This record gives sequence, C-alpha cells and structure tokens, in this order.
Amino acid sequence: MFVNDSMLNVTVFAHNLSRNFGSHTAVRRVDLELKRGEILGLLGPNGAGKSTTMQMLTGNLAPTSGSVQICGVDLLKNPRKAKCYIGYLPENPPLYKELTVDEYLQFAARLHNVDLSRINSAMTEAKQRCGIGDIGKRLISALSKGYQQRVGIAQAIIHQPEVIILDEPSVGLDPNQIREVRALIRELGKSCSVILSTHILPEVESVCDRVQIMHQGVMVFGAVLAELKQQGLSLEQIFEQFTLKNAHTGNS
Amino acid sequence: MILTIAKKELKLLFVSPLAWTFLALIQLMLTWVFLGRLDAFLELQSQLMQIANPPGATEVIIVPVFAVASIVLLMATPLLTMRLMAEEWRNHTMVLLISAPVSITAIVLGKFLGLMVFFLLAVLLTVMLSLSLLMGGTMDFGLLLSNTIGLLLLAACFVSIGLYISSLTSHPAIAALGTLGILLALWIADIVASNAGNVIQNFSLLRHYESFNRGLIDSFSLVFFVLFTLTFLILTIRRLDGERLHG
Repeated sequence: MFVNDSMLNVTVFAHNLSRNFGSHTAVRRVDLELKRGEILGLLGPNGAGKSTTMQMLTGNLAPTSGSVQICGVDLLKNPRKAKCYIGYLPENPPLYKELTVDEYLQFAARLHNVDLSRINSAMTEAKQRCGIGDIGKRLISALSKGYQQRVGIAQAIIHQPEVIILDEPSVGLDPNQIREVRALIRELGKSCSVILSTHILPEVESVCDRVQIMHQGVMVFGAVLAELKQQGLSLEQIFEQFTLKNAHTGNS
Repeated sequence: MILTIAKKELKLLFVSPLAWTFLALIQLMLTWVFLGRLDAFLELQSQLMQIANPPGATEVIIVPVFAVASIVLLMATPLLTMRLMAEEWRNHTMVLLISAPVSITAIVLGKFLGLMVFFLLAVLLTVMLSLSLLMGGTMDFGLLLSNTIGLLLLAACFVSIGLYISSLTSHPAIAALGTLGILLALWIADIVASNAGNVIQNFSLLRHYESFNRGLIDSFSLVFFVLFTLTFLILTIRRLDGERLHG
C-alpha cells in the first residue's frame, strides 16, 4: 500500500536514457525521478546535455535507448496521452510573433485540449500568474524579451500540467522579473513537479528542492538541497569539483 | 485538433499582407483574361452562329480563364507554402506543436487543410467571376464543375509538394525556390517527352489538368492527383518523424 502510494506520486520517471547524434553521445545513461510537489534543478555547463535531456522528456527527441514515463504513462508507447501531462518551455520560447498574446495563448490552450468553455478562465489565470494580464491585445513581436519569456511560461502552464519543464526560464529577464519568475516557479512547485535547467547557481539554491548536475552527458551528482545545507557544503564548490575535474581529465 | 491547426495557419496567413495581395492579384489577372475573352466572344458571336455545333460562352471564355488560373497558381503556391514548415523550424515554434498532445499526422494535415481552405477561397472567386456570365445568358455548368474540381485537385498537389519541400529546410526562400523548381519541372515534363505516349508525360501535372480543363473528368488523372497529394503528405509526415528520431 505504501509502495503504491509513493509510486503514484512519481510524475517523471526516466530510466537509462541515452541519445547519440551519429558517433557523438550527447546523453549517456541518465536516470531521473521526480515526485509531485518537487522542484528539480538541472545544472551543468554549456553543452552538458541538459537541453537534450529535456527534449527527450518532452517527446521532441526520441532517445536512442531508455524509457520515459510521465505520470505512469509511457511517453514512447503512448505519446499523446503522456504529453497531456507536460508543459514545456524550450530554450527559445516557441512564439508566433505575428499573433497577439491572447490569440497565441488561445491556440496553445486548444492545442492542449483545454475545453472551449474553460479556455477564457484558463487564459486569464495563466496570464495573471505570469504577470501579463494587461498585454493580451498586444502583438508578441512588439513585446520585450522579458515579456516574451513570460508569454512562453504562460503557454507552458495554461493547461495546468502535472509536470512543468522549463529550459533556462530566467534568460533575458531583469532582476525584478527574475524574482517574480522564481516566486512563480516556487508556487507551481507546490501543486506540480517542475524541472528547471539553468547555469545560475543561486537560482537553484533559492528555488529548487533537489539538484542534479550533468557534465558531458552524464549525471555526475545528485542531492537534496536541504541536506547539502545541513552538511555545510556550498553548491558552487560541488559544481566546480564535478564539472572542472572531469573537463581536465577529458582534455588530457 | 486538425481544425485547430488549420485555423491557426489561416490566421497567420491573413495577418500578413501576402494573402490579400495574392487574392487581389489573381483576381485582377483573371478578370483581365475574362474581359479579353468576353470581348473576343462578342466579336465572333455572329460568325460562330453559322457553325453547326458552335462553342458556347463557357468554352470560349471560362476555359481560358481556368487555364491561366492554373499557371498563376503554379507561380504563387511556392510563396504561400514556403513558410508552412520552414518558418516553424526557424522560429522554433515546431516544438510547441510537437510537445502538444497532437499526432504528427494531425500537424501535417492541419497545415495542408489550412492552405487548402485558402485556395478554395481563391477558386471560389474564380467561380464567381465565371458565374457573372449568367447575367447575359446560359452556361455549361458541367464544364465549369470539371474545371473547378480540376483546379482544386491541382492546388492540392501543389500544396502537398510545397509542404514537403518546406519541411526539408529552415529557410523559407530556399523552400520557395525548390518548390517552384519542381513545379516548373513537372510542368515542362510534357514538353521534354517529345514523342507522345512517353511515360514521363504522365508526370506532368498540368497535362492532367488539361483534361479537366476540356471538361473531361478522366479517372486516370483523378487518381494521379490524389495519389500525388497523398505521397507528398506521407513523405512530410515521415520527414517530421525522422527529425524526432534522428535529430
């Protein structure tokens, strides 16, 4: 009974995930597990395979080997059902610049099977949460980078997904907006699971419950942040230790 | 879901001036041809009356209008299809479609349908132009119908091939040039194969359209158009799937 309960709470379960591009291995045997109400920070230097991992978790890229389950549904065998549970903000927000914010969000909601009767309330809620309530009539191309990023986040949460995957969500935001986005992520983390990739260490420390560090396609470190704090270890030292050391051995 | 995507395609099309310009230009050209032929018909009418089985207004006026429409369509389709897929790659918006609980088939069919609705509008304008002849006499509706069906099937072929070429590249300009090149090649395939009955001739889209243009719904041409469209739609689906599998 207890085992069952904890299994039900697992929203993302990725096992032995690998991805090759030709002879180059971008991601090697990555395991990832996420429970409801947990925020996972995916850290790593540029080119570590964070984005590739996220693309595999969202069904944008088929893994060379391994399996992904979203809320118990196999992403590879039953992609359409599994994708219902996912909200994804890729590295470059997927915006149709010729549309207005409202038109765009309406399309995103319809695409994610939000009922016609619920669309307006879903849009209002998503806009309010992302702080873009008053720019619904404006063209996306006329918005600043920070607002475009927020529209991208609104698109990812409009269908109230169980799993929210954000690839570097705070890029291009000003300090105030970064604070707001972090508060939003913490709030989202209460009801759903969030995976967040970034290279900003303080962001992980202020937002995430758990951290995993990737380097050269391999998961090199994973820990609960509260435990790290208890042991008095700083994330920066750990990050340097795991990503610099391997880089040197890799080069020599 | 297909309808949602088709609706989005139409919306994106009509917020740009391209669609309006296209509709205006095609209408301008066809009306020009229409008026020219009408003039010729009125001049020749007295002489035509003396022939035993004279060609009607539909044959003299409408058939050339639809023949010109097919050429205009061939030239203009690449400009409209180029952005269908290429721009989604370029602006990274394809991720939104693929991450959503939508099958790749629905994405491709939605895009195809969106542009077909647009072409339906263009064909409808041509049909309305033709129907204005009713003010001065009777028409051969059978001939008009076969022309309309032919033009729509031709548009479906053009769109499907444009969609496929557009999915191969992230540069809309290259997609447009590639599509135009192939459409032109398929047009002149007829001329290249000089001796009649050559197999290559069968690949000429406009040659198949000619029989519709003459009022003949040839089942071979009909099947050819449908198979041609299906082939390129399936190729596009496979291409999108391949992107996911091979990156």
